[in-house]
Amino acid sequence: MPKPEFIYVTYIETTPEKLWHALTDGNFTERYWFGARLRSDWKVGSSFEMVRSDGTVSDAGKVVECEPPRRLAYTFVNQSDRYRNEFPALATFVLEPYGKLVKLTLTHEGFAEGSKFFEGISKGWPAILSSLKSILETGQPLEIPYAALKLDS
Amino acid sequence: MNTDQFKPATVYTIYIASTPEKVWEALTSAEFSRKYFFGNAVEVDLKIGGAYIVRTPDGALHISGEVIECDPPKKLTMTFNVNWPELIEKLGPTLVTYEIEPAGDAVRLTMTEAHDRPLSDDILTGGRQGWPAILSSLKSLAGDRRSAGDQDAAAAADAGGVAEDGDQDAVTPGNRLRVSGDDESPATNCRACHET
Repeated sequence: MPKPEFIYVTYIETTPEKLWHALTDGNFTERYWFGARLRSDWKVGSSFEMVRSDGTVSDAGKVVECEPPRRLAYTFVNQSDRYRNEFPALATFVLEPYGKLVKLTLTHEGFAEGSKFFEGISKGWPAILSSLKSILETGQPLEIPYAALKLDS
Repeated sequence: MNTDQFKPATVYTIYIASTPEKVWEALTSAEFSRKYFFGNAVEVDLKIGGAYIVRTPDGALHISGEVIECDPPKKLTMTFNVNWPELIEKLGPTLVTYEIEPAGDAVRLTMTEAHDRPLSDDILTGGRQGWPAILSSLKSLAGDRRSAGDQDAAAAADAGGVAEDGDQDAVTPGNRLRVSGDDESPATNCRACHET
């Protein structure tokens, strides 16, 4: 059996620089990423954290690659008990300009077979990246209730 | 048609700031589909057993199939066979399902491409490259809470003048992801990615 791997591609009318900013600036991610602020100095080997509005850390890992505005990679795993036996998996973002568009490819890999965290991210990424596309193209993120992801089903 | 033996090979989910009715229309209307489906037109007889056809801009048959399940504005399933004999030979019949669900103020659209036989990743590459481009474009077109009239008004404002329907270069929200034909993006050429 192949190891679980999640791949998502979307095309966004923006520039690689604006998309890079949207992926790495905590003030900006808070607006479209279910309220999560990403926190890192984005140096390879540095810590990477997702911070909730109350200041607690929901997910943590390390920066693996950072080549603005083309490639960004970091590991993370959710810190809740639900995923306590899981290891950080690697999320890699590749940004490629095509005319007025940028093709964004996310590959999230390195999960163990049967990973619950893999199921979670598979439902979370389409919502987060759809909201990212909306905010960059229209100025408005999507209002998707967390419950709508049906993470427990 | 018995679809029990079909297994999902590619699933793509996208959230759109729209209503289920508007997304349904985008998926089933010839005029709407031309704006996001590489210029191709969807022609569908919305009843079980009805014909599902996608025509290229010059009118040629691109995809042909038959409606298997039709529950507007929630679910549409059809056979979806690309009219390239060499590809059909490898793929066998293709089953495509669109599911539309409300998700807060947005709509979740899930596309599932299923096949009745195991297929290698390289044969599935065409669809895996095509769907994100098509559905990203659909999102930009249908994903606006404003009415169509408001979109035209906004487009005219954005363009600094009047945006008429005949002007394909107008920067309307609906035309956002229309890229010119000489661009080398895989998003512009469905046929190219199916042949790789």
